[in-house]
Amino acid sequence: MKPMEPIRYLTCILVAALLFTGCREPEDIIPSTQTGVGSGDAGDIAGFFLLNEGNMGSNKCTLDYYDYATGIYVKNIYAERNPGVVQELGDVGNDLAIYGSKLWVVVNCSNLIEVMDAATARHIGQISIPNCRYIVFKDGYAYVSSYAGPVETDPNYRLGYVARIDTTTLQVKDTCVVGYQPEEMVIVGNKLYVANSGGYRVPDYDHTVSVIDLDSFKELGKIDVAPNLHRMELDAYGNIWVSSRGDYYDIKPMTFIIDTKYDAVVEQLDLLACSDMTLCGDSLYVYSNAWNNFTQTSDVNYAIVDVKTRQVLTRHFITDGTENWFQNPYGIAVNPNTHEIFVTDARDYITPGKVYCYSPEGRLKWSANTGDIPSRIVFTHTPLLR
Amino acid sequence: MILALLLMLALTPPPDSTEVLSESVVTAFRPPDKIIPAQTLQGERLERLNALSVADAIRYFSGVQIKDYGGIGGLKTINVRSMGTQHVGVFYDGIQLGNAQNGQIDLGKYSLENLESVTLYNGQKGTAVQSAKDYASASAVYLQSRTPVFSGRKRTNLKATLAGGSFGTVNPSVLWEQKMGENVSSSLSAEYLYTTGRYKFTYSKRDGYDTTAVRQNGDVRALRVEQGFYGRIPDGNWRVKLYFYDSERGYPGAFVRQEPGKFRHEDRQWDTDFFTQGSLYKEWGDWHLNASFKYAYDYLHYLSDPRLDVSTMYVDNRYRQQEAYLSLAQSWDIFSWWDVDLAGDWQFNTLDADLVNFVYPSRHTLLTALSTSFRWTHLKLQGSLLHTFVDDNAREAGAAAEHRHEWTPTAVLQLIPFDNKNLTFRAFYKRIFRMPTLNDLYYTFIGNKYLKPEFSTQYNVGLTWDKHWIRGVFRKLNVTLDAYYNQVENKIIATPASNQFQWTMVNLGLVGIRGVDAAVGTSLVLGPASADLRATYTFQKAQDFTDPQSPWYGGQIPYIPWHSGSFVAGIDYGRWHLNYSFIYTGERYEAVANIPENHAQPWYTSDLSLSRNFALGRHELKGTLEVNNIFNQQYEVVQCYPMPGTNFRLILSWIL
Repeated sequence: MKPMEPIRYLTCILVAALLFTGCREPEDIIPSTQTGVGSGDAGDIAGFFLLNEGNMGSNKCTLDYYDYATGIYVKNIYAERNPGVVQELGDVGNDLAIYGSKLWVVVNCSNLIEVMDAATARHIGQISIPNCRYIVFKDGYAYVSSYAGPVETDPNYRLGYVARIDTTTLQVKDTCVVGYQPEEMVIVGNKLYVANSGGYRVPDYDHTVSVIDLDSFKELGKIDVAPNLHRMELDAYGNIWVSSRGDYYDIKPMTFIIDTKYDAVVEQLDLLACSDMTLCGDSLYVYSNAWNNFTQTSDVNYAIVDVKTRQVLTRHFITDGTENWFQNPYGIAVNPNTHEIFVTDARDYITPGKVYCYSPEGRLKWSANTGDIPSRIVFTHTPLLR
Repeated sequence: MILALLLMLALTPPPDSTEVLSESVVTAFRPPDKIIPAQTLQGERLERLNALSVADAIRYFSGVQIKDYGGIGGLKTINVRSMGTQHVGVFYDGIQLGNAQNGQIDLGKYSLENLESVTLYNGQKGTAVQSAKDYASASAVYLQSRTPVFSGRKRTNLKATLAGGSFGTVNPSVLWEQKMGENVSSSLSAEYLYTTGRYKFTYSKRDGYDTTAVRQNGDVRALRVEQGFYGRIPDGNWRVKLYFYDSERGYPGAFVRQEPGKFRHEDRQWDTDFFTQGSLYKEWGDWHLNASFKYAYDYLHYLSDPRLDVSTMYVDNRYRQQEAYLSLAQSWDIFSWWDVDLAGDWQFNTLDADLVNFVYPSRHTLLTALSTSFRWTHLKLQGSLLHTFVDDNAREAGAAAEHRHEWTPTAVLQLIPFDNKNLTFRAFYKRIFRMPTLNDLYYTFIGNKYLKPEFSTQYNVGLTWDKHWIRGVFRKLNVTLDAYYNQVENKIIATPASNQFQWTMVNLGLVGIRGVDAAVGTSLVLGPASADLRATYTFQKAQDFTDPQSPWYGGQIPYIPWHSGSFVAGIDYGRWHLNYSFIYTGERYEAVANIPENHAQPWYTSDLSLSRNFALGRHELKGTLEVNNIFNQQYEVVQCYPMPGTNFRLILSWIL
């Protein structure tokens, strides 16, 4: 063998290796997956959308859809319907709503609100709001709470704000500074109430609800409630049910009632811890998954409260024992037509969760796998087109 | 162009030359120090790998996964045989680098500039006299810095290097070695690194979006200064080292959906690390003694400022860690074939942080290792037993975890069936644990003081076949093959407490890992040229057996590919050196739910480097051009952390 021969061989091998390693196919868009879970008749409700938060930093916020007519649960509908939207729905979906013909998703860590056509789930536009949290609507405007208010001298004390968005032009029209780290909102007449948490100021939580006049879009004042406020639900009697998460140590989570006639707390429900709640008629469905740093345990409870009498009707709206399957209950919804109860389980937050559908009597009808951290459910009157 | 160079080099007739080619050592299994085999990269091989940091070099070992957050400044940690980062001990000049806070060593912070070798041991090292810490991790990486060697009558070695390239990288370094007397020498190594960390990357989907962006806020400024003293005494030696590292870096953050160009991560971190360490080795006949000490101070400042990035939460935390360490190890050769070793180590760690409700923990660790080995011609055996005592204290009463005693054994066997010693069989069993870190136990809101240690058990069988030839094309062939089963129990994992932003630590994991590591290395001499080739392959089935009720029970654990491998070819031709390196990481999942949403594509990169030496009288110059990721593959090692595409580096060294 001539001395150069092996070098030629080696060169050929190297060139072949280089060519082999050169190209790689682009990734496919992740398709939706369908599961038949059982159909039903829900009157004018065609189905529901379910928002999966996705773990922070994973860009895995996804949207699912259940259709009553076909009984099919479709997981992850956004990506395949919007192949042109860079990086899909985004990072940590925090709130979901339908207003008019549009479907709105507040994508917290993507610092934007995704606006879709509710009939097709196709992208219409997006509104950039840093650290946006929740959304409510009135008279052609969307109101979004955000943690990212102006930074004063001490960056530890940074107020949040509520943005007013024109739902037609998708432009931010105005902003109103509120308390620290504002969360859920409700609108009563011409006033907007927002729960301030102060979650960034541990252990110095905020404990107020800000009241905004929607005419002037100025803060009228604050109602002192309890530390670390989060959820809000308005009943038919002009009362706002607001949840306090406590401090995870000595101050227990509980629920308060604000009478909007006086803009004051009229009742404190010590025994009603609330992680999330939903109102159906006069029945307030509540679950709580309360963490305590002393005991290093979570305490999970369920309840239905009659908002008229303010009495707990039951502590078990799931009656077949299947609540034991839940690892981390994370969302709740009740179909106003059928009174079916939906509970989501976020499991360990890093693997897909589940949604469970219960009959009004609390018996499991069906369940389906969701995306990561299933949280919000909204019912839709227009069926989702293919 | 690179291909053309390669072809030219291969096809042009060589100049008539009879000079002897310098012997180069293949990245291969080192002759066993005692019993346990290791993978090592040293000298020229290490230098030619287009590797900037230790992390880049370690990728070429089999059985290893590097978690890389991208860029020069991104965190790079090592995971050996899927047991987890915290099960890998990293030793610098024989003494362990500690991080009591989170148990992670960022290998991206350790430069290869002054390293002589990088060695990976599965199980444990097996040298003559070793500290108890050498027995105390499931696997270990040893970084050995250059010890001064003076040829002839030289009293001074000087080397100045200037490297630079893509991402606005400037990297000057200097090494000054001085003979201070007959038996004492010193070494000063200093290095500065600056990079903007900016690189283009592309995310695209088939028939979908295709976007290109520039990585922002990935800049790094780092200074490293090391002073070592080395001495010889009758039947022994000593060394003392002072190490200083100071850096500032930006955190580019996860690349997630954002309004393009609107928000920019502005998080920054400052590190100041200092340590001094030393050791003394002495023999008295059959009795060998090694004494070591270390003191380390690490300061970390993290800032996330909403005045710079409106979307962020204000975080301004400072962490100060201190470590004191003493070790005394001795070995007694009872017969030439039997020795007994006893080692005792003491370590003290403190952590101070300006966090709300922080308990200011400190930890005493006492390790005692008793080991014995038998060495006959065809059979070698080693057994060791490690006792660990851990006692934590906290400023607040009742906040500290209970103290702990643990006994952990290791057994190693080596069989050399034939007299020519070409073939070696080996087997080892090792049970060891990692303590929960101070963060796991005490981090405000997240820590859980009731955590138990995380145990790993390893069973390994393997063989090495090694043959050398004096003439012919093939001069060396080395084949190693290992199969193993590992189990990790009480795995410490973060679990959500009640919402996205609140997590806690629990002992809730059981992982079973079945794997095969294979490596083939060969040296060829082809007329005036010589070549070293090495290929590695790793198969791992690492399954989560935590919850039999879970639909994902038995799923492959996150970020562990079933198949991975590497290939390195180095060619020497006169004063020219060409190196080609290829890394392959197969498909894997980003979560234990092995579904399309979590699927990660395989990635593979090719790097090329070409260097030449020039002699200028008594001086020597060396120039190297590196092209990394020559096919500009757009890939991620960690979800949402894009890696750089094609990049260049030019290195010029002047050696006296």
